[in-house]
This record gives sequence, C-alpha cells and structure tokens, in this order.
Amino acid sequence: MASRLMALWNWFDSRMPSVGEQWRIHASEYYAPKNFNFWYFFGSLALLVLGVQIVSGIFLTMNYKPDATLAFGSVEYIMRDVAGGWIIRYIHSTGASAFFIVVYLHMFRGLLYGSYKQPRELVWIFGVLIYLSLMGEAFFGYLLPWGQMSYWGAQVIVNLFGTVPFIGPDLALWIRGDYVVSDATLNRFFALHVIALPLVLLGLVVAHLLALHDVGSNNPDGVEIKKLKDANGRPLDGIPFHPYYTVKDIMGAVVFLAVFCFVLFFLPSMGGYFLEDNNFIPADPLKTPPHIAPVWYFTPYYSILRAVPPMFNSQFPGVLAMGIATLILFFLPWLDRSPVKSIRYKGPYYKGALAAFVVVFLVLGYLGTEPTTVWGQFGFDAFFLDTKDRATWVARFCSVLYFAFFMLMPWYTARDTTKPVPERVTR
Amino acid sequence: MRKLAALILLCLPLRLLAAELGYPLDHSPNDPRDLVSLQSGARTFVNYCMGCHGAQYMRYNRLTELGLSEAEIRDNLMFTASKVGETMKTVMPPKEAKTWFGVAPPDLSVVARSRGADWLYTYLRTFYRDPKTPSGWNNAVFPNVSMPHALWGLQGERALAVETAKEPGEHEREQYKWTQLTQGSETQVQYDATARDLVNFLVYIGEPAASSRRAIGIVVLFVLGVLFIFAYLLKHEFWKDVK
Amino acid sequence: MDDRAKVDRTRRNLILATSVVGGAAGAGMAVPFVASMWPSERAKAAGAPVEFDLSRLVPGELAVVEWRGKPVWIMKRTKEMLEGIKQADPRVTDPGSEVDQQPNYAKNEFRSLKPDLMVLVGVCTHLGCSPKEKTSEDKGEMGADWPGGFYCPCHGSKFDFAGRVFKGSPAPKNLEVPPYEYVSENVLVIGEDKEKKGA
Repeated sequence: MASRLMALWNWFDSRMPSVGEQWRIHASEYYAPKNFNFWYFFGSLALLVLGVQIVSGIFLTMNYKPDATLAFGSVEYIMRDVAGGWIIRYIHSTGASAFFIVVYLHMFRGLLYGSYKQPRELVWIFGVLIYLSLMGEAFFGYLLPWGQMSYWGAQVIVNLFGTVPFIGPDLALWIRGDYVVSDATLNRFFALHVIALPLVLLGLVVAHLLALHDVGSNNPDGVEIKKLKDANGRPLDGIPFHPYYTVKDIMGAVVFLAVFCFVLFFLPSMGGYFLEDNNFIPADPLKTPPHIAPVWYFTPYYSILRAVPPMFNSQFPGVLAMGIATLILFFLPWLDRSPVKSIRYKGPYYKGALAAFVVVFLVLGYLGTEPTTVWGQFGFDAFFLDTKDRATWVARFCSVLYFAFFMLMPWYTARDTTKPVPERVTR
Repeated sequence: MRKLAALILLCLPLRLLAAELGYPLDHSPNDPRDLVSLQSGARTFVNYCMGCHGAQYMRYNRLTELGLSEAEIRDNLMFTASKVGETMKTVMPPKEAKTWFGVAPPDLSVVARSRGADWLYTYLRTFYRDPKTPSGWNNAVFPNVSMPHALWGLQGERALAVETAKEPGEHEREQYKWTQLTQGSETQVQYDATARDLVNFLVYIGEPAASSRRAIGIVVLFVLGVLFIFAYLLKHEFWKDVK
Repeated sequence: MDDRAKVDRTRRNLILATSVVGGAAGAGMAVPFVASMWPSERAKAAGAPVEFDLSRLVPGELAVVEWRGKPVWIMKRTKEMLEGIKQADPRVTDPGSEVDQQPNYAKNEFRSLKPDLMVLVGVCTHLGCSPKEKTSEDKGEMGADWPGGFYCPCHGSKFDFAGRVFKGSPAPKNLEVPPYEYVSENVLVIGEDKEKKGA
C-alpha cells in the first residue's frame, strides 16, 4: 500500500515537480528562527480565519438574497429554516471580529520586534495593503444584513467620501449608484464582498508570504539567523518550518478554535459588539438611530475622525486625519531610525512610546463605540472650547499622541539608548 | 500580556445602563428552559399581539419545540393560518396600519434581540393613561408610543406621576408614582408573570436555536479540549529536539 | 538506534491519535455545512401534504389541488366512468399497473384506495404538460369508442379515468398516483400515507 502511494506520488512528481519543490521551499526546508514566541501564532491564525470566512461565506451565499426587500429576511431564513444555518451565520459573524483581533495582534508583533525593518519592508507593505483590503471587505460585508446599523453605517461612511473637495459629491454618488444607500448599493457591495475583495485578499496574502519567505522570518531578538550558517548552509538558529512550526501552529489553532467556539456557542453577540442590537431592526431610510457607531474594529479611526472639528465648513479635515492615520502605517519601515530591530534591545523612549500608543489606541477605540457625550461636559467655559464634551477633548489628546508615535519616531528612535544585540538568538 | 488583557476587557459589555436617563429597567426573570412559561407566552402572544404584530420569521410548526403537538398548535394557536408549516404573519394590513397608528406595528420576530428582555419586560408593565395622546395611552420606557395598552384588560388602567426631586449637592432624580385607576382581571403578581412569560416567548422566537446552541457548544468545547491534549503532546514530542 | 525507533513509534502514534481526534472534530465541523444544503423548513412547508374535503365533491366533478407544485386531480367516479375503465382494459399499454407509478394500495383495477375515488397527478408522463378532461360525451372529438378520460393537447397522449395510458400515445407510462390516505371519512390528505410518512 505504501509503495503504491509512493509510486503514485512519483508519477505525479515527475510530471509536476514544482509542487514538491514548493513544499520544500515553503515548509520542509524553510528555515525559521527557533525562538518564535506567543506573538508568532497570529500569522497562521489569520490564514486560518481567512479560510473559515471563505467557506462559511460560500454557504451563506447559497441562501442569502442581495435585495433590499429580501436581505434581512434571508438572514433570518438562514438562522431558522436552513438546517445548521445559525452555526454558519455565527461562524461568519464571529470570524469577522476574530479576523481583526488576530490581525491587530499580528501587526502588534511587527511593532514589537521590528519585523517591518530592512529587508522586510515589502512584507510590511503587502501586510498594510491586506489590512486596508480587510477593512474594505468588512465594510462591504456589514451592509449585507440590511439592518439599521448596516444601512446608516454605510450612509455615514459613503458620505465621508462626499466631503472630498470638488469631486466629493460625484464620488459618493458613483459609489452608491443612487442618491441614497439603496438596493443598487447593496447589490454592488455584495459583488465586491463576495468576489472582488476576496480575490484581492488571496492575491495579497500570497504576495505577503512569498515576500517573507524570500528574505526569511524575523524573530523576537531581531537577529538575522542567515548570518550564521552550519556546514550544510543551514542557519544555526533555524529549524525547518515543517514539522516544527506546522505542529506548533496546529496546537495554536486548536487553542484559538476553543476560544472562537466558546464565543460562537455562548456569546455570539458579545454584548452587542460582534452582532449589534440595532442591526436586528430592518433598515429604515426614514428613521436614523439615535446613536450610530461603526463596528468595534473601526472605532479607533472613527474617534480620530470625530475628534477633528469641521474646518472651512467641511468635515474633510477629519476625513483626511482618519485617512492619514491608516496610511501612515505604510511609512513605518522608514520612520523607525533605530539601529536595532527588537524592543528587547531598544531603550526607554521606544518602550514608552509603544506603551502610550497601545493605551491611546484602546482609549480611542472605546470612545468610538460611544456618543461624544459619554463622559459628560466640562463645568467651565473658555474661548477655545468649541465643544464642552470631555470625551471629545480626550479623543483629541489621544489623536495627537497617536500621530506623535509615528511623526516623532525618526527623532526618538535615533536618540534612544540601545543594548547590544546578541549574535545568536535567545529563548 | 497586560496589553492583551486590556484588549479583552475592551470587549466586555459596556452598555450596562440600557435605559441611560429615564425610567430604570427591571430585570426580566424569564427562564428560557421553562416550557410551561413559554407555552403561556405563546398563548398571550397569539391572543393579544397578533392582531397587529406579526412574527413573520417564526413557523407555527416550530412551536413543537415547546412541548406542543401539531394538533394543539392548530387548535389553539392558529387563527389566521391554515397550514401548520406557515409563518406567524399578522393580518393587519401595513398600509392601513400606518394611517391608523402613524406607524405600522413592527414585526416582533427579533424584537428581543434589538430591545432586550429587560426593556420588553419593563415596557409591558409601564403603560399608563394619558389624555394627551391619540390612543389615550403612554409608556414610561417608550415615551409617546403609538401602541395602546393591548393587555389593559389584564393589568387594568394605571396612572403615572413623575416628580423631580433634587437633594442638595446631588444630581436631579426622577421619582415615579404609580396609581391603579381600574382593576384588570389579573393581580399585579399575576400580570407580572404574564408579562414574564410573554417576554420569555419573545426571547425564544428571537433565536429559537439558542438552547441547541448552548448544548452543542458544550460538546464542541469538550472535543476541542481532548484535541488540545493530543495536539500539545504532539508539539511537545517534536520540540524535544530543539534546544 | 533502539531509542530512535522508540521515538519514531511514539511520534507515529501521536500523529495518528491527533489525526483521529482531529478528523472527528473536522467531520463534526462539516455536519452543519452539509446539512444546510438539504431542503430548508421553508421548502418542506411548501411541499407539505394537502388536505381535501370530499364531501363537497359532486360525482363526476373534477377538483384540482396543488401539491409540491404539481396539479393533483381528485374525483368521485360515476358508475359509467368505472364501466369505461373496464372497457379500456385491452386498449391501454399497462392495464395491470406493472410499472411503478403508484403506491401499493393503488395497484389494482381502478388504481385507487376506493373504486369510486380517483386521485391522480395531472402531469402527462411524456413531457410534462397537463392533460385536459374529456368525458364520454366528447365522442365527437375523441372518437366513437372513447370511454372517457384525459387528453394531452401537447402531443396527443390519451389516458383513461384510472390514469392508464392508451396504446399509441407518445406517453410511455400511466399517470402517477401520489401517496394519499383518509384522515377521516370524508377528508383526504395528499402527500402522506402509512407506507412512507411525508415522502
């Protein structure tokens, strides 16, 4: 039996040797640093979640109807009348939030260990492109259930594009395909969500992995393992990805799935953060909900948008700030002037800056889920107080710190003290 | 790791005060596993609510999950449908309803998922007489609601007086005083139970698969626990090589 | 070397054990996806059995109900119609209903639970058109020896009042008899019977 399988493999391999070659290049002979820690699980988990979303998405598409009069009902049809439909729906809704949690932690690993630094700038750039595509994918997907939040969230975001000077209103009209978010918008967002962006995401993920494997992975010490090789040309601190990291990532995946399934089966709405209460009300173009907020994974940027006051009778400056806040990520490899990659060997400036960035990101994220009145008003008056909402001023302060993290980085990373980086990796 | 904990904390439900300002919500004591309560709620819903409100995503034959037979459903709960596989639609015509009430009575299939059980429980029990509204009724958690008190025959008519009390140095606080104007056919305790059972039913039709979801979840987590043990042992076995 | 063999064996066993549990978990995960493709509750409700009250039927009057998207003919046959069926015996392709187009209780002379009751799916077994009733009065159109029955306008197939196809018709088989049963003396349910509940 084994020899028959071997013979079958040989027949195949002699006709398409690239399959075996690629397995060697990317798995059995891809030498990865042996000191990967907890933060290194999230790349493979992101790939797992991508697969989960595609499969669950396909099965949802079998029963979902992308029509303004039928969409909401078709989701309830899936939840009730389709056997196992509720599981598939919850997989997809939990998966969407899980995707962002995993991706944010994956990106944070990059910030910790300087994974974006030379020669991995392109890996980082593809990664930021994936992040932006993922945000688009989530935005288009969120309109599909056609609830109140779906509708009004889309209305607000598309109107943001309408604030661009000169071309704004036409741009918004072109995106919507109508004068307000309507059936036309729903149908095109369906096409973009189901086919266009998934293909883009898959292409970008392949590019991301190819760019990574071409230069080799970074590690928590920021040591380039290819510098020291043994007699066979293999990195001294490297181990083949297969079987070591396949086996470790399988274990990581099981833990992830346990947490994922706990949420899916016991907390699918996550208190209104994963499945929002207002989205169980069918979209009503004539009735705006008292409080519109984007889904939690967009809220840090939404906070920044709201924090910027209107200038020259336009909300465009806020939109611009929000855009820059996302796009500035692209420049990270060139903003970080530290001679050292990993936070383990950087000084107090970077550690303080990163800690502040995390706090600020979380605070902005929380504030974005609430109305600006959530922390009340200042008791006093002053000439510069265009608004007395305390939360807005905190958001403004946090936004400044957010941008400072990036803008001041060339200065504080160059002046930071560093520790000597070892030749070999540590555990 | 602390950063991770902070991230998890962010995910905890932070919208604790659903009523924010205004009438405080009572906690709904409904038990999703109480089939008798659910059957009672089904009866109340069909008899008092379906004249105006539909539950268009709920099929009659699914009510067998509550311990009823198809014959019992057909004989006691189906007034306007002929087949037990049909959905619980209302016969109130939506266009006319809009003219009569100002807004078409919303479908209640998922109202428990948007409003929540506590809000519904409080809503059903805080209608009061108000001569200023078109229907003569108002509601403490839904000011100027178009809906009249459909269950007034059970609860009776009540009046609400609101006083703003201010202690020195403290925030203004509203005080609510209820008076019973006429008696209904149920006592307060009985009506609270009726409301609780109706809310229980609304929670059920909001997500009929909820009880299966929790049961299957336990099995899934158990299987994943076992799988983790093997996956961990496998990882450990291979990683013995790596120093 | 013995240690190495032991390690290899342990590894192989662990890989096997993990694969088995993983495979079970994977199969479990596939269940809702595969299940979701079976007919939904909506499809099942639309295809549900249909009840019919016979007491409103006048003998010789054809009633039509819809079951699973198809017309089902119900009629109380007159003595004349039953005679016509007997006469048609030599002229039909499958007089004994040998081909499986009916439940066992309809594999008899009149292809029904009771001789005077006719329950047939009104879809021609040739290419699916719905035939028209032509009683024995229509001899002018159908020929002098027409015992009464159904005529399909699409390609000319003819059936008798038991739904049996006449020789020379393009249609190969007798009309289908759906599952049905009496739920009370005068009420039929089409689509369900004791043999296969809710087929």
